Amino acid sequence: MNWLSWLSDFFSAPDHRSGPDSIVHRVSEHLLFSGEALLYAAVLAVPLGLLIGYTGRGVTVVTAFAGATRALPTLGLVTLAVLLAGVGDTAVLIPLVALAAPPLLVATVEGVRGTDPDVRDAARGIGLTHPQVLWQVCLPSAAPTLLAGLRTATVQVIATATVAAYVGLGGLGRYVIDGLATRKYAVTVGGALLVVLLAVGAQLFFALLARYALPPGMRAQRRAR
Amino acid sequence: MDDEPIVRWYWIGDHLGYLGNLLADHAVIALLPVLIGLLLAVPLGLTCTRFPRLYQPLSAVFNIVYALPSLAVFVVLIPYTGLATQATVMIPLTFYALAVLLPTTVDGLRAVPDPVRQAATAMGYGPWHRLTSVELPAAVPYLIAGLRVAAVSSISLASVGALVGRGGLGYLFVDGFQRTFPTPIVAGIALIAVLALAVDLLLVGARRLLAPWAVREKGAGS
Amino acid sequence: MSTIHRSRRAVVLGTLAALALGATACGSSGGGDPLGGSSSAAGSPAASGAGSGSTVVVGSANFPENVLLGSIYSQALKAKGVKVEEKFNIGSREVLYGQLQNGSLTVLPEYNGSLLAYLDAKSTAVTTEDVNAALTKTLPAALGILDSSPAEDKDSLSVTQETADKYGLKSITDLAAKAGEFAIGGPPEFKSRREQQLKDVYGLTFKEWKPTGDTTANALKDGAIQVGNVFTTDPKIVQLKLVPLTDPKNIFGAQNVTPLINKAGVNPTATAALNAVSAKLDTAGLTALMKRVAVDKEDPSTVAKDWLKANGLS
Repeated sequence: MNWLSWLSDFFSAPDHRSGPDSIVHRVSEHLLFSGEALLYAAVLAVPLGLLIGYTGRGVTVVTAFAGATRALPTLGLVTLAVLLAGVGDTAVLIPLVALAAPPLLVATVEGVRGTDPDVRDAARGIGLTHPQVLWQVCLPSAAPTLLAGLRTATVQVIATATVAAYVGLGGLGRYVIDGLATRKYAVTVGGALLVVLLAVGAQLFFALLARYALPPGMRAQRRAR
Repeated sequence: MDDEPIVRWYWIGDHLGYLGNLLADHAVIALLPVLIGLLLAVPLGLTCTRFPRLYQPLSAVFNIVYALPSLAVFVVLIPYTGLATQATVMIPLTFYALAVLLPTTVDGLRAVPDPVRQAATAMGYGPWHRLTSVELPAAVPYLIAGLRVAAVSSISLASVGALVGRGGLGYLFVDGFQRTFPTPIVAGIALIAVLALAVDLLLVGARRLLAPWAVREKGAGS
Repeated sequence: MSTIHRSRRAVVLGTLAALALGATACGSSGGGDPLGGSSSAAGSPAASGAGSGSTVVVGSANFPENVLLGSIYSQALKAKGVKVEEKFNIGSREVLYGQLQNGSLTVLPEYNGSLLAYLDAKSTAVTTEDVNAALTKTLPAALGILDSSPAEDKDSLSVTQETADKYGLKSITDLAAKAGEFAIGGPPEFKSRREQQLKDVYGLTFKEWKPTGDTTANALKDGAIQVGNVFTTDPKIVQLKLVPLTDPKNIFGAQNVTPLINKAGVNPTATAALNAVSAKLDTAGLTALMKRVAVDKEDPSTVAKDWLKANGLS
């Protein structure tokens, strides 16, 4: 009961209904950071992953590197980025891109390498050029793995973007941090709940995407997880 | 900030003991939860393979747990576990580890091909004997792949605990940030990376020892 | 075949056991950690608190000056033979006050004016004497304050030198014409503490309140905010050329550094040690110490030790 009344306090507070501290504004800030970070990560990781996966060169290096970046502490990267680049979106984007790019890279590489070699040979045999094979054969067959990687990256980015608030930036972390500072746990819990809802929403979105947007032949190969 | 160098090397030299203490604290806060997570994941995974209906809802719950922002969980726990205590940080980390380890454990336990299982039964193995000498060893490569992910994430996540007064090396981030002093932050990031790398190498070594047949095989990490 | 499996199982179990032992060994070596919270105290915050009176737990809020003051208190107590545990840099007043009430913390370096504003938002006390008298009345029976030091770290509304020159700003009153266009920043709790007061006393309604936290001074410099809540002993005022506006109507009253205690945990020896610190500490001295911590990047504990030694308190 206590929790329910906390939450209704959180959602009905006038500050949270309109203005810069409103839920709508904080959610859109949060989604904007996350979306931007994912976009940059995809721009960096997907072409590189396609290339590496297709040529088969540097796969070991990439996998090891991606594993190593998992250890990079977001809080450390955010604080360092603020000291070096000033308070601003860059400071949040750097750690979030660092978080999202490695899983995308690995997923792309794995997806491309998972293409049936016979199919690739056949495509070459009927006269497709390398770029055409990559684009028309490997990319569609990598799509399910790529989507799974994107889903992992999205959930992580949404959960982690919370830390941005520590260095004075917006997003749902504002509620979590301000709630701690003013000892209003309702605000903290409300903020956390919204983050979870966003993350779960993102998971559902990708599940639906994998179900309906993939080429029909690919859907069956979708990973169980 | 303009004339502050990114690293003041002498500071690192002057603070070796201090950094060592933080590193030790960090290792405990980050890794003990992974170990506890493993001890919970194995029986839970076994239960899930015996009662497959349990697995779906359980994995949905842990999917949500994994999406919880760590800072928020720390904050909510403070009234129960106290401010600046190890428990406040270690309890959520245990659940994050479990969220990673449960699916890999289940995958691992399911990895035994049915003919092998039947062969073991035919050779007169009871359920317990079959579990300890066939199914668990077969799951080891999966478990270790899961452990690698869980341990490295836990090492990185533990630093957020500094925002509630207990985050091992994470304290360096808070301290450096408050004093616009990049040196401790850089040192903290480097030490966390080194700790993660060391643990990862240990686990790779453990896999070679425990499951030499699986070295060339790909784990369930992705 | 079964023997092979057996030996393999032995290896698995052996390795797990070794891992477990290794972790336990790490656990015991981590006991003497620099953050002061020992693992034995972890499970029972209340048990280590006021009731026993044997160990004094000194806490500090999450900004460097408060850590420095906590370190000064802690070392002054240790010098008099008091057993001390340190829990530094762990949150805002709102968080720490609750921990002091439940006995998890025994001593906190406080600022009398801010503390009073927190406990009684309507209080009008401005001078050190009035503030302390009001505090003594307002605090619950279990808590108390010791002697205030002359050192003051006041809240200020500060602007950059350029902003001050451009709009001719000297005091908070001068902001009246511009507040509607200015964004104001400060710690997350600043808004709930001061918004109404700034409106009532100075008639200021700002365009936006940004919780800039530890980055307030930098945010001023970067132009993300135009007015910031910066503390008067913050070395960034000198470093980034900020101008603290004067406060003719005294909304930021006395802010003397004052020990706030949970009475049950502090004996006469400890009281004397803390009062001796207050007698020697002044604003100029504190700002000089803060320069060493924030600009020269010396450890708060080292700076505290030097100060205690120089003042014959160690």
